Order: sequence, then C-alpha cells, then structure tokens
Amino acid sequence: MTETIMQKTPRWIAGLLVGALLAVAPAMASEEGALASSNASLSDLGSLQNGAKMYFNYCSGCHSLKLMRYSRIADDLQLSKEQVMQNFNFTGANFGEQIPATMSAEDGKTWFGAAPPDLSLMARAKGVDYIYNYLKSFYLDSSRPIGWNNTVFPNASMPNPLWELQGIQTAKFKPAEGDVPAEFEKFEIHQAGTMNAEEFNAVARDVANFLQYAAEPAALQRKSIGIWVLLFLSVFSLLAYFLKQEYWKDVH
Amino acid sequence: MANDGVDKGRRRFLTATTAVVGGAGIAVAAIPFIKSWQPSARAKTSGAPVEADIGKLEMGQMVTFEWRGQPIWIIRRTQAQLDALPGQDSRLKDPKSTVEDQQPKFAQNEFRSIKPELLVLVGICTHLGCSPKMHAELKPEPFDPEWKGGFFCPCHKSRFDMAGRVYDGVPAPTNLVVPPYYFVDDTRIMIGVTEGAA
Amino acid sequence: MANRLSRAATGVQEWFNDRAPSFGPFYRKHMTEYYAPKNFNIWYIFGVLSMVVLINQIVTGIFLTMYFKPSAAEAFASVEYIMRDVEWGWLIRYMHSTGASAFFVVVYIHMFRGVMYGSYKKPRELVWLLGMLIYLVLMAEAFMGYVLPWGQMSFWGAKVIISLFGAIPYVGGALTEWIMGDYLPSDTTLNRFFALHVIALPLVLLLLVVLHIFALHEVGSNNPDGVEIKKGPKGNRWSDKAPTDGIPFHPYFTVKDTFYTGCFLLICAFILFFEPTFGGLFLEHDNFIEANRLVTPEHIKPTWYYTPFYAMLRVIPNKLAGVMVMFGAIIVLFFLPWLDRGKVKSWRYRGAGFRIALFVLGICFVWLGKIGSGPGTDPAETIIGRVLTAAYFGFFIFLWVYTAFGFEKTKPVPERVTGHD
Repeated sequence: MTETIMQKTPRWIAGLLVGALLAVAPAMASEEGALASSNASLSDLGSLQNGAKMYFNYCSGCHSLKLMRYSRIADDLQLSKEQVMQNFNFTGANFGEQIPATMSAEDGKTWFGAAPPDLSLMARAKGVDYIYNYLKSFYLDSSRPIGWNNTVFPNASMPNPLWELQGIQTAKFKPAEGDVPAEFEKFEIHQAGTMNAEEFNAVARDVANFLQYAAEPAALQRKSIGIWVLLFLSVFSLLAYFLKQEYWKDVH
Repeated sequence: MANDGVDKGRRRFLTATTAVVGGAGIAVAAIPFIKSWQPSARAKTSGAPVEADIGKLEMGQMVTFEWRGQPIWIIRRTQAQLDALPGQDSRLKDPKSTVEDQQPKFAQNEFRSIKPELLVLVGICTHLGCSPKMHAELKPEPFDPEWKGGFFCPCHKSRFDMAGRVYDGVPAPTNLVVPPYYFVDDTRIMIGVTEGAA
Repeated sequence: MANRLSRAATGVQEWFNDRAPSFGPFYRKHMTEYYAPKNFNIWYIFGVLSMVVLINQIVTGIFLTMYFKPSAAEAFASVEYIMRDVEWGWLIRYMHSTGASAFFVVVYIHMFRGVMYGSYKKPRELVWLLGMLIYLVLMAEAFMGYVLPWGQMSFWGAKVIISLFGAIPYVGGALTEWIMGDYLPSDTTLNRFFALHVIALPLVLLLLVVLHIFALHEVGSNNPDGVEIKKGPKGNRWSDKAPTDGIPFHPYFTVKDTFYTGCFLLICAFILFFEPTFGGLFLEHDNFIEANRLVTPEHIKPTWYYTPFYAMLRVIPNKLAGVMVMFGAIIVLFFLPWLDRGKVKSWRYRGAGFRIALFVLGICFVWLGKIGSGPGTDPAETIIGRVLTAAYFGFFIFLWVYTAFGFEKTKPVPERVTGHD
C-alpha cells in the first residue's frame, strides 16, 4: 500500500512539536542577565586543582563546604592525602570528614552582619558564571559598613577576599537622573594588585570552576559514562529495528 | 499459523540477539542499584582507622576502643598469661591460627600479636556476635576448672584463651578476630589498617 | 538436550495450567490474541513509553526511599547525601528526576494523540476518563515528590499550591491548615507528603493504569484513521475470527515498541548524563538552596509541567476566579467525549475547523507554559495570557458548537485502515 500525504502529516507535526519544545525550553530556562562567560571547564584538571588551592587559601576561612569531603577532593582532583591534608585542611578535621569553615558561624555574624553561606551548592544555585563575575566585581564603597560593595550582588556584606591579587577597584556610575537610577559604567583600578587582569581572570575562573565541581562532583564521571550508555542504546535500538522489520514482513 | 516466506533462522537469531543484548543492558543497569547498598562515603568515614593511645595501659589491664562500631580490645598481657599459652594448644580448635581472615598475616603466631605482650582483638564472639567478658586470672572458674585466663562469652558459653583462641567443645567455630593494626610509635596504635596500606 | 529442555518447559507450563487455568487465557487475551490495528503510527508509542517511565519511577523511587530522610531538618542534606556519598546515588536520583519530567512529556503527547484521533469517542469514553484520573493523580504525585528535597522551590511551591485551596469560600483557611498539619509547610507536611508520594498515590496510580489498559482491551484500540477494525472484515493469517486489519500485539507491537523504547531511552539518557537539570527546567536552580521560610525566591514558579495552568491562575486578577479557571482547565478535559458531537474520529477526515482549533489549542498550551514559567511582571504578557486562556476554553465551546449544530464538513472516512509503517 502506498502512503498518502495524510499519513505523513502526523510525523511531520511530531517533528515540529519536538523542535518547538527544544527551542522553547532554553528560553524558558534562561532568565539570568548577561554575565560574562567564565569559560570554566570541569575537564581542565589543572584549573580545578588551582581553584581548590585558591579556594582553601582565600575562601575557606569564612565559608564552609559542608557537603564535600577532603577525601573526595583528593580522589577526584588526583591529589595525595598528604597534599590535601597539608595544603587544604586548616581545621584539624579528619581526611574523610566534611569541610567546615575555619571561622565559627557566630563570629561571622558578628564580623559581617550575617554568617557567610555554605558554598557546597552555590554554583548550582547561581551558576558558575555568576561566581566568576562576582569575584571580579568588588569595589570600594564607603557607604557600606565593611567598606566594600559588589555590582553582581549589590550590598553584599563581604569584603573582597582577593584584593591583594586583583588590586582595589572603584566603580564609576552614571549619576541618577530623575526616575532613572544610577547606572554602572566601569571599574577603575585604585591600587594595583600583584596580578594583571588576565592572571586574575584565570584565578576567578579557577575558583568558580572548583565550586562548580564541588556543587556536583558526579559531573566528573557523568559524561564519560553517558557516552557508553548512548552507544549501548544505539546498538540495542538498531538491533530492535532489524527485529521489528523482520517480524513486520508478515504484515501486508 | 502461517509462516509463508518467513526466514525462521534470521528471526530466531535476531530475537535471541536482541534479548541477550537487552538482558545484558538490564543486568548492567542493575549494578548501580546493587552497589548503592555498599557502605557510603559517610559510613566509610565513620569506619576509618582509629588511633589508640596505650601509654597509660598497665600490666594485665584492658582498654576498649571503637572501630566500625565494634569494640576493639587492647590488653597488656602479663608474663604468666603469656607463659600459659603454649600449654593450652591441645585443648584448642585452631592453636596455630590457620584459619585465614581471623587475623592478618603478622598475627599468625603463638601470641597472635605484633608485640607479644600487647594483644589487639575485635571483642565480638565468632559464634553469634555477643561480646565476651575477660577473666584474666589464672584460677579455676565455674565454667572451666583448668582456666588459665581468657574470655568467656555469657551468651552461649564459648571460651577463648588469652590469645583469643577458641577452646574445643564450645559453639564458637573460630578464634576471635585480630583487626589490622600497626604501631605508630611505642604508645600509639593505629587500628583498622596495616602499615603502609594507608 | 533441546528436546529435554522443551519437554521440561511443557511440564512447567502444564503445572501452571493445572493450578491457575486462567493465566494462559489472560496472557493470550492481552498479548498474543489482542489484535491491534496495523496502522498505528509514531503517536501510538507514548502509552507504552509512559509504562516504561512508570516502572523506572517505581524502581528508582524504591531505592531513593532507602537513603532519603523525610524530615525538614534532614531532607535537603539527605538528597545531597544521595548525590555524593551513596555509590551511584547520583545516577538513581537523576533517573528519578529526569523520569518525572519525561513522564509528563510522554503523557501530554499521549493525551494530545487522543484528541487528534478522537480516541475519547464512543466506545472509548471510559478509557479517556480513567486516563484523565491517571493524569490528576500523576499531578498530585509529582507535586508531592517535588516537595521532598526541601529546597527553596519545594517549600515555596508547596506554600503557593496549598494556598490555592484557601480560595475556597468558608472552609479554605481550615482546609489549608489541615493539609499542612501546621500553619506553614513544615516537617509534618513533608512527612505526610512523603507517605502519600511513596505509598498511597503510587498504589492508586498502578490500579488506575491497570484499569485503563483493561478498559482499552475491552473495546480495542483506536487508530490514526479512526476506523473500527472490529466492524470491518474478519479473518487474518493468525485467526479466522480476528479483524482482518488487526495484528497480534505480541510479537508485532512488542518488537515495534521495543525499538521505540530504545530510541526514547536514548533521548532520556542524553539528557540525564549531559544536561540533567535541563537548563534549570527539570531541576531548578533555586531548589539547590535549602528551604528558608523567611526568604521567598525572586521567581517563584512551579515545575514546567504545571506552568500552563499556573499561568491561567496568575493572569486572572481574582483569587477564587483564578483557582476556578485553573482547575476548570483540567476538569473540562473530562467532558471532552460529550462536548465533541462529531461523527468522525480522526482529524484526517474531520473538518478544517477542528484541525485549526486543535492546532491553536496546542499553541495556547505551550505559550501559556512559557508565560507561567516567567516572572509574570510584564503587563503585556498578562493580556496575552488572558487571551490564550480564553482561547483554551474557547476550543471546547467551539468544538461543541461546531459539531452539535452541523457546521463541521467532514471528508469521507475509508472503509478500512490505510497503510502501516
């Protein structure tokens, strides 16, 4: 029997529907404003290791990583137990334990007005690019109790932990006019740091990358396993297709 | 049933291949589910090796530590207790500690220990998992008139000598387990791991 | 050897036949002697696919229950315990979360298929009603499941959805407190939702699915031509009494469905392993923050599969009216078999009005979904949302007027089904 155009239509429409869904889905999902891309990649082991080093030296004093274990970091980032315990562990916790902040939450509250949040899932909640841009967007602001502000997270009660590296920035705003609020224009270096802009971008990227890893350690294995699963399912589907064709020879 | 023009061989081959490949897929997919029952990273952490300080352990005394939720006994045996051990051999089930897995290789000796006087044991009866009591003195006991010190399990009356070796004629099948351990220094023992394996 | 094996197999079969004589006929009735129209197209695979997903949800769900802690204090951390500390826990959790969304994709297409080909029409009204009940229970099941991880979206989603019941006059306030067992979603709420999610609703769901299939097998499947094969000629190569255009479900549709299941799993596996949050649609960003009853997330919205209905709720300025419109949008589907008076089932032979209206309905649904997942602050979007909501209900009114008063100009329906894959 010949197929008429009528029988072709549903399949054509099905394709259209799936296409439309795939097109709509990202639009439904993306609400974030324009953040510069960090280009962070979980397959860059060097970046992850450097990010871990930077994280533990500059962030872990105040922020905990309660859902990560030191031992997991050693396994995943291909570091030895000694390397992790000597370079990353400043709290006296055991190798297999979850990572607390050096500072207590009460102290954080007294010093910054709010306890610094745990960062285990920050990259999944906010996105890796958010962290990257946040780290780059601290500026001096004398109107804030701690003297710092941030354009990505306005009025954050957190000083720039990386100021020695980045230097100290000030922000230039277009002044407010009537109903139009003040608009951010650009950063200016107030005092140079030990790194140039490019080097510092790499640091911000690596820390963001490490936090991306910490938010979902399974992501390191996920894709490589996924390829095998897809291969298997392709072979299986192909076999099933031949089987179906074979049986359907009976149907006239 | 009609089978006009059907290549039965091809059909059977494709059915079998698809079934085998699909079955293998399901079997492999079951592995993650089965493996998820393994001790998790959290369980492994709380089961991590434990360091025991025995600097204050006196002659004839026992201290108990916890490793993987089990009591770990450390006993500093007296010379009299050690001297009595060889004499027990004929009354024991496994005097030479030949049953594998009941102790690491380093404890397969007369004293079942690294240093003769220091005995490290998992304090769990090999019968049904009760914790035996130590009766350290070499004197006749109600359960054994020729007692030369050792452990007695209140649950089902199993008896072990001062090296944790099981006596003949009791329900416990094997000697008490010696866990993996090593001496960090003279006064500290790491329980749960043999030297160099960490 | 082969001989002995086949004799053993016959022996086992006889042993069963002696003790349970109804098993064999039951199997034949639903598998080898269930004659399904040979012209099923790709739209007809989604029923089987939803069974595949249901099994996936049950198996992965059982395992998640082993590690999850249903308490407000521990739930969030226990989900991350599954994601990190339990061996392969991440895979099991992603199978469950991806499966939840896949379930709705498959069910929505399955329902749309039913409307396209008039599968709800006589004699299949009961099949449709049971299917709608499945859909209702599925929505409740998914909602309660979404509350369990106790993230920000879980908590605030629960709060908003439960508050909907507060719109009911007189008893609303008391009802919401009763549902929550507290004055806000709390440990108690989480605990009872857990019980419903893992035991009560799955049992109901399974029962309804079995009834749905039995009801279908009583009357036989519809097909893309909307022709009743049972009314056509009799006799085919498998049986003299079977409809000529029917073929045994097993092996012909089992092998066909196996192939499509493979393709479907391929798509699911791709999402699961390469984009498990699906850009924040399947697992939302804000749900990676633990529930905080003092801080509402900036954009509070339900998961994507509820957003068309949520959009209707939001564009209506009155609370009670909004709730009624939202639930009405689902309830009206129950009446479809009686609203549609058309004599022709399949859209292939129905009037152009029906085909255009159905197309518009599909667009309304997707567009409302998009609006419902947005922040809802754009006034122009609110107007569009109202128009789309009106158009959604308009479809049902139009369908009744169009078919009950003879406006529909149908094409001639063929005597027999046409072609097959």
